[in-house]
Amino acid sequence: MTKTSMTTRRTLLKSAAAGGLLAASPLIGRFASAQSSAPIKIGFQQHSTGIGAAYGRWYGRTTEAAVKLINDGGGINGRPVEIVAEDDGTDPKRGAEVVEKFANQHNCDVAFGTLFSHVVYGSAPAAGEQKLPYFVVSEGHHVASGALNRYTLQPGITDVKSQVQAMAPYVAENLGKKVTMIFPDFAFGHDHRDFFTAAIEAQGGEVLEHIAIPPTETSFTKYFPKIPRDTEVIYHVMVGPAVLTFVKELGEFFGPSAPAIFGFIDSLEAVDMASPGLEFLEGTYFWEGNPRYAQADQTSHDKMFRAAVGVDDNGASLSDSKDVSTYAHMFGCWETLHVIKAGMEAAGYQGPEDRAKLIEAVEAMTDMAESDEHPQGPKLFNGRTHQVFGVQYISRVENGKLVKVHTTSIEDTLYEDEVDYTTMSF
Amino acid sequence: MDFGPHLLLAILEGAVGAAVLALTALGLSLVFGVMRVVNVAHGEFFMVGAVVAWFVADTVAGHPALGFTAALIIAPVVAGLIAVLVDKLVLKQVEYDPEATIVGTIGVLYILQQTALMTYGPEPRPVEAPFSTRIPLPWFEWGENGFAMFYPWGLSITSYKLFVICAAAAVLVAFWLIMSRTRYGLIMRATQLDRETALAFGIPVSRVYSIVFGIGAGLAALAAVLIVPIQQAYYLMGAEPLLLSFIVVIIGGLGSVRGTVVAALLIGMSDGIISVFLSPTLSKIIATLLVALVLVFRPQGLFGTKAA
Repeated sequence: MTKTSMTTRRTLLKSAAAGGLLAASPLIGRFASAQSSAPIKIGFQQHSTGIGAAYGRWYGRTTEAAVKLINDGGGINGRPVEIVAEDDGTDPKRGAEVVEKFANQHNCDVAFGTLFSHVVYGSAPAAGEQKLPYFVVSEGHHVASGALNRYTLQPGITDVKSQVQAMAPYVAENLGKKVTMIFPDFAFGHDHRDFFTAAIEAQGGEVLEHIAIPPTETSFTKYFPKIPRDTEVIYHVMVGPAVLTFVKELGEFFGPSAPAIFGFIDSLEAVDMASPGLEFLEGTYFWEGNPRYAQADQTSHDKMFRAAVGVDDNGASLSDSKDVSTYAHMFGCWETLHVIKAGMEAAGYQGPEDRAKLIEAVEAMTDMAESDEHPQGPKLFNGRTHQVFGVQYISRVENGKLVKVHTTSIEDTLYEDEVDYTTMSF
Repeated sequence: MDFGPHLLLAILEGAVGAAVLALTALGLSLVFGVMRVVNVAHGEFFMVGAVVAWFVADTVAGHPALGFTAALIIAPVVAGLIAVLVDKLVLKQVEYDPEATIVGTIGVLYILQQTALMTYGPEPRPVEAPFSTRIPLPWFEWGENGFAMFYPWGLSITSYKLFVICAAAAVLVAFWLIMSRTRYGLIMRATQLDRETALAFGIPVSRVYSIVFGIGAGLAALAAVLIVPIQQAYYLMGAEPLLLSFIVVIIGGLGSVRGTVVAALLIGMSDGIISVFLSPTLSKIIATLLVALVLVFRPQGLFGTKAA
């Protein structure tokens, strides 16, 4: 006896229903044009814990918002983007492990999102070994200095050297020429020390005293007597959990007779300007990577970016006005993800075998216009040094809010190439 | 800044650090003295004190002094209750075996730290000081016109920092009075001196242990509430007080109140002064060198008594 297969009414109905389900599924419809509709996996090295935790949280929210926008617009090359987030504890050793995990365990296409410079230093060699494109959002000078490798790029945020250099003319002209610098005693602080000292000397000014503070310090008053009496400008930049104590004690130390004060907003990222003890900051100046408070001349791009991430006009979370964002840095995640998208599209990226093509496509980029993809401002990418350049902002504290008083040009931030990564092999 | 005012400022800052350190180390010293166990989670009770202080200050509306006062009472009690629970659930179960206690309290350390991370979050948060007026300090000098008084640039302290020094001193005196003048102090001293005999005389040693462990944690939490308007509550803040407390307790002699206070002043002050005039790294080197010297030449500590 043979078994004949017959198409019954029942099986016909079944397959029709399955087909209908498939067609109705929004994912399949939207990403139908891709050769493979498997998601593009982006490993997100996140500082969820450790001293970078406040940054990590906001980098996370920005990344989520950017990925939602990209996926709503059809993904990358017709494929959805999936973020694989791993906590690195803001720790270099763990950072390298996370990068290896992205490459070997999660099979990520690229890795992205690291902020703290020591973690970048610790992780970049692993990215090079695994041949995993590694897009950092760190503002350290380590990428452009040539210390890393061809797989490490920083296309979404400017570096310390260009930021610092662009501040010096404004400080020398408007605040004073005799400067005392207070900075954390590790790579990031040393970048500030070296580049600003050179830049202010080029403006005819001088640094009277360098005060380096150990990164684990919790009380600061004892360092302030080292500030020379004839100081005209205090230049401060601090990071880590004790930033608020630092700024408060600076105010207590000077009382009513303070010199001009110029700070990097890193000293107060994620800190509410209305915190008790910060009243003395009124009238002082800050570098801002991106103005925290919505300005009078706010662009439609900034408005759109704020709404997408969930940040109000004071730079705090829409759901909790005490939850202040790291606004001067987090745009870097947004812009970097859009650069990855543009790079993958230009390279016709299909999978890990196209990683070298992706890097070459990003290296070929130059001008990036101010747009929804680049809400912080226009940028110029240097493919040889893997570093982007862009405008910088200086704000003054007026009535407890940061008001933009100066915007630098991109030219102010440029310096000579120190490396040509494009000559290195993959 | 001139040497004189600079030194005065360094001493004042050192005194604030020393005051808080003395309270924290006293808790550790008490626990070791009476119970003969090393509490590695001590720094986390400090952290719990700061975090609870933030929650209390955030909840209580009105003048910041109200929230701060409430925190001064609630935070040490909460930390103390957690410690009593730890004593019952962990220390009693391992019968106060020295090695097992160390491992057990390391576990407690991580549990408290991660619970704080999951509930309170990873960012440091400030508690508003009940009062904080900047007090400029005068300095005296023999100038051309003879003896003159002036206010050097930057030489100042806040009223709150003075309060921290006074409050810590008051708690230390009160603690000493309780230990030396009251019945509870007597019971604790008796337990410390000889556990077996105390038990034979009807002292509920097991309950004394729980209470002592609770008081030790409470002292750390109290120190944290005092410091949290100056620094911020942060889930990883327990590491430094733990390390410094161990240094203080080893130098001063485990179980000795006098030794703890003297060593806290020594370490707190030297940290303030050496790190100002020389370098912060050097002050840490000297502190640890001191520990090594004490361990080699006077293992019972400066004021400790030799174990029988």
